[in-house]
Amino acid sequence: MASMPPIDVPPNATGAGKFDAPTVGAADPARFEYLLRLGDDALVLGQRLSEWCGHGPVLEVDISLANLSLDLVGQATLLLNEAGDGDRLAFHRDVLDFRNCLLVEQPNGDFAQTIARHLLYTSWQHMLLQRLTQSSDTFLSEFAHKAVKEVAYHRELAADWTIRLGDGTEESARRMAEGLDWNWRFVPELFEVDETLQTMIDRGIAADPRAFEEEYRSEIGNVLAEAKVDTPPDHRPILGGRRGHHSEHLGHLLAVMQFLPRTYPDAVW
Amino acid sequence: MSSDWPLWEVFVRSKGGLSHRHVGSVHAPDAELALAHARDTYTRRMEGVSLWVVRSTDIVASDPEQAGELFEPAESKIYRHPTFYDIPDEVKHI
Repeated sequence: MASMPPIDVPPNATGAGKFDAPTVGAADPARFEYLLRLGDDALVLGQRLSEWCGHGPVLEVDISLANLSLDLVGQATLLLNEAGDGDRLAFHRDVLDFRNCLLVEQPNGDFAQTIARHLLYTSWQHMLLQRLTQSSDTFLSEFAHKAVKEVAYHRELAADWTIRLGDGTEESARRMAEGLDWNWRFVPELFEVDETLQTMIDRGIAADPRAFEEEYRSEIGNVLAEAKVDTPPDHRPILGGRRGHHSEHLGHLLAVMQFLPRTYPDAVW
Repeated sequence: MSSDWPLWEVFVRSKGGLSHRHVGSVHAPDAELALAHARDTYTRRMEGVSLWVVRSTDIVASDPEQAGELFEPAESKIYRHPTFYDIPDEVKHI
């Protein structure tokens, strides 16, 4: 399977204005980068899910999605505060400096597409956090112990809904399959190991995602089998989020999320 | 859509040793998601350690018309109340 050629962001294209947070960790650049990747994943997915607030298909699902969102924003707060000034990193950084994977920034679409994205991401996140509990980094190990319980519930709920929509009515099955199709091409990025990640794996801090790719594919396969949805075919994978090469969707998300602190930089509450 | 989903009554045990108490209801397509909805709606602020959900239609309720014959006779039987005992301060949850 050929992967897309990497599109390198020109070094002068940082997008950083005078309000922007530093995007290189002075003390330990690789660890800073790894914290940003995990923190940005949680922040961006949390923000995406919060867009459902007040728009859920039923009241109970609305509350449920808001809960998932809050769990993720809580995780992002811990991770970005460990990397530096969490608020500044969240609200004073532009698209090119975000390090989240492409999957989490994908639009909500309908409820099925949101559930597909959540199943694909949190199944991966859960396996990663299980391994990060053994990290040699005290912060990451303690973080993983806390977050792994939250994410276990996310994964469970996403699987429950996938099965009910996939094995539901003709319309829900169609929407579930389309939601999976949309998100499937962003899965390979979750298992990409670049130089930074390899360094962190070698230091015993990061978990190697390649070690659980097979387990991941088999777990997703089992959920989809129970949901009576075909596993989508693998197309050319789309990579680049970890290097700041994002889809157009992230800029719109940040425009909403960062509007207030960028317009009123001294605002407090 | 919500009207298609049955109603479930939610009971929460706030901590070990206490009984489950009725706290409200949720709509859900089946028992498993009723538990998930109950968890997300009623235990967000550490309200509980255990949840029960039961289909609202499975609850057998007394008839309000019969309130007189069912409950009023108890009003005149003060000797059934344990108010003539001193309860030690150490005894909780009474």
